[in-house]
Amino acid sequence: MATSSATTESAEPPASPPPGDAGGPQLGLADRIPLRRIIRWGLAVALVLGIASGAYQTLAAGVFSPAQWRDLVVFGIAQGSIYALIALGYTLVYGILFMINFAHGEVFMAGGFTAFFAARAMDQAGFLNQQPVLAVLILLAIAMAVSTTVAVTLERVAYRPLRNAPRLIPLITAIGASLFLQYSFRGLYGEDIHSYPRIDALTGTWTIAGIPILRTQAIVIVAALALMVGLYFFISRTTMGRSMRAVAEDREIASLMGIDVNRVIVTTFAIGGMLAGAAGILYALVFRQVHFLMGFLPGIKAFTAAVIGGIGSIIGAAVGGLLLGLLEAVAPFLLLSGAGIPAPNQLKDVIAFSILVIVLIMRPGGLFGSREPEKL
Amino acid sequence: MHLRFIAVLIVLLLAAVACAEEGGGGEGAAECPPDDEFGCVTVAEGEPIRLATLLVISTADAPLGQDSQNGVTLAVNDHGEVLGHEVELMHEDEQCSAEGGTTGARRIAAEEGIVAVIGTSCSSAGEPASQILSEQGIVLMSPSNTAPSLTDPETRQDFYFRTAHNDNIQGAAMAQFAAEELGVERAATIHDGSPYAEQLQQVFAETFQSEYGGEITTQEAVGPEDTDFRPVLTSIAAGDPEFIYYPIFIAAGGHITAQARETSGLEEADLAGADGMFSPDFIEAAGPQNAEGMYLSGPDLDFRGDFYRDEFLPAYEEEFGSQPTAAFHAHAYDATQMILTAIEEAALQGDDGSLVIPRTALRDALEGMQHDGIVGQLECDENGDCNQEATISVSQVQDGDFSRVWP
Repeated sequence: MATSSATTESAEPPASPPPGDAGGPQLGLADRIPLRRIIRWGLAVALVLGIASGAYQTLAAGVFSPAQWRDLVVFGIAQGSIYALIALGYTLVYGILFMINFAHGEVFMAGGFTAFFAARAMDQAGFLNQQPVLAVLILLAIAMAVSTTVAVTLERVAYRPLRNAPRLIPLITAIGASLFLQYSFRGLYGEDIHSYPRIDALTGTWTIAGIPILRTQAIVIVAALALMVGLYFFISRTTMGRSMRAVAEDREIASLMGIDVNRVIVTTFAIGGMLAGAAGILYALVFRQVHFLMGFLPGIKAFTAAVIGGIGSIIGAAVGGLLLGLLEAVAPFLLLSGAGIPAPNQLKDVIAFSILVIVLIMRPGGLFGSREPEKL
Repeated sequence: MHLRFIAVLIVLLLAAVACAEEGGGGEGAAECPPDDEFGCVTVAEGEPIRLATLLVISTADAPLGQDSQNGVTLAVNDHGEVLGHEVELMHEDEQCSAEGGTTGARRIAAEEGIVAVIGTSCSSAGEPASQILSEQGIVLMSPSNTAPSLTDPETRQDFYFRTAHNDNIQGAAMAQFAAEELGVERAATIHDGSPYAEQLQQVFAETFQSEYGGEITTQEAVGPEDTDFRPVLTSIAAGDPEFIYYPIFIAAGGHITAQARETSGLEEADLAGADGMFSPDFIEAAGPQNAEGMYLSGPDLDFRGDFYRDEFLPAYEEEFGSQPTAAFHAHAYDATQMILTAIEEAALQGDDGSLVIPRTALRDALEGMQHDGIVGQLECDENGDCNQEATISVSQVQDGDFSRVWP
């Protein structure tokens, strides 16, 4: 690290010649490419060394048993699948409209929060524990319906009128929409934290392949995988999926080819909303708390996941989400606890966002990004 | 031309100053003592005395601050007029954060004629707020800040007081309860980075080790807005503690309570928190089945006399339509009464019905003041701690409600 930063300081001035210098640009460009490569390689080596030494120290100290490492991995995957489902909503919309729908976290909250009242009513009637499978399916249907409605309304009211406006304007509108939704739901449902009723059939663990997994987490992982596989087939095999890919590639040409662009965009928002609604219920199964601000942090994390995976790429969003969840759960303990850092868990957000920075330095387009990212 | 204009201006100004002084001296408004470093608040005849509250009245911790604010309102109603002046309240929000405390305190400091402030709810807001207000010579008296650093001689701000207990008492009480009552030998703690939680768990950990010979297996930290605590609980489970102490707030505390029950290795561990979660809202956030059996420490509500049961609680319910939602309404009531009494002592009355309240004199009136309050006998020491005799009790969640188990 020390050497690479020293290189930066000493080599930077010749790399950026004053504008208008005729001989400068060619020479500057030639200088710059190796320098960038040196920095990247230096960073990569430092990272690998840091990770290896941290991990070695922790494992050598033997703080955690193998069973506990396994638990951490399972927790990470469960959290990651929820991130992945939300991240898909970001990435779908970005792929088609090149806009970041910052209100997507609130779409997630709307479904999970609304279904809470149904869950409470079903719990009081005793239905929740008599027919847990049916009850969870009903909750999923409610949450997905609410989130889809919110997402589609959002597109119609807030984004469609701005479709041809400069890029920055829908982005700012999205932030406004996010705040509007948060405080509308605060007005509707109040500012208390509510706790989802417990479903007896889903408490305890299942032993899958010799590994005890919390039932809620097993359901979350399986449901998220099923939804992502379903989405993959929808995009790659159906006519609508083909239209979506066409619009993503070039909206105007697609419309010349007879594709109803509006319908495609609405469908995209609807699918994103459905996935977010499902994520809302899965989140509620695992964490059991709902609150009007519950969408904010998962939304930011899912956006990070989408960027890590390569925003616009569906596989990228899924992999980015899983990776982020996994690293958040495991990395603080694996890398930091052996080095004697007190309370390593506090640094998990630092690790999550450092990963984002590192990925953007190493691969600016994200892990699965095909396009060079455009400036927002 | 120019010079002459300035000369005329100076003469006019001098004349105006002379008139003002003459008017002030002759008409009977009391004079502000010139040695008072921070000046005085002047309340003209018929004008109200203005106090402010700086409590958490939004966010998930609103039940804590709203409850204290209700206590302040009741005290102002009960006390009636102060030296012939009504009392007016201005309410600010401290959001249970350092940023909220800073903004709220700045707003109050910028306001004309605020005599004293009741607040803050959270110690994290109290640290910057006490500094900002003390620089202006405005008294800040907290009903619920408990972090030891606020009244530590090295870090205490001159105009800061509190009627809440110091966490040096609460942390030690929980350590005693865990060691003597539950027979715990191995304990772990979690804090959320707030001064309140960090210092409280530290007092607990130190007392538990030094006084009772216990072992602290882990001292972890989380973020107040985190939701997934399973990884951190798994790392705590690696130390195999019998008792987990997390004196934090409702949202994160609820998550930890629910998730600890599902973490392998912690199924049998006792869970404990402190007054930041001592609220029915916490049981709702954690889920009643999960909160069952958990221990929470807080100010002892039992030693209050008949006034609390027969007059205060009925008045509270009548005025606000609900039972108290947190543990510090009575502390807020007492703090307000003490401030109003101190104003009566320190204020200089003019012949024309106006009041002059010297800021330093008001502070000095509070220091050493004795007050027979709802929460007990209060006396402010030179560090601003007014509730030195505070007793802490521990309650357990039983059938979805708090019931007192110790002492």
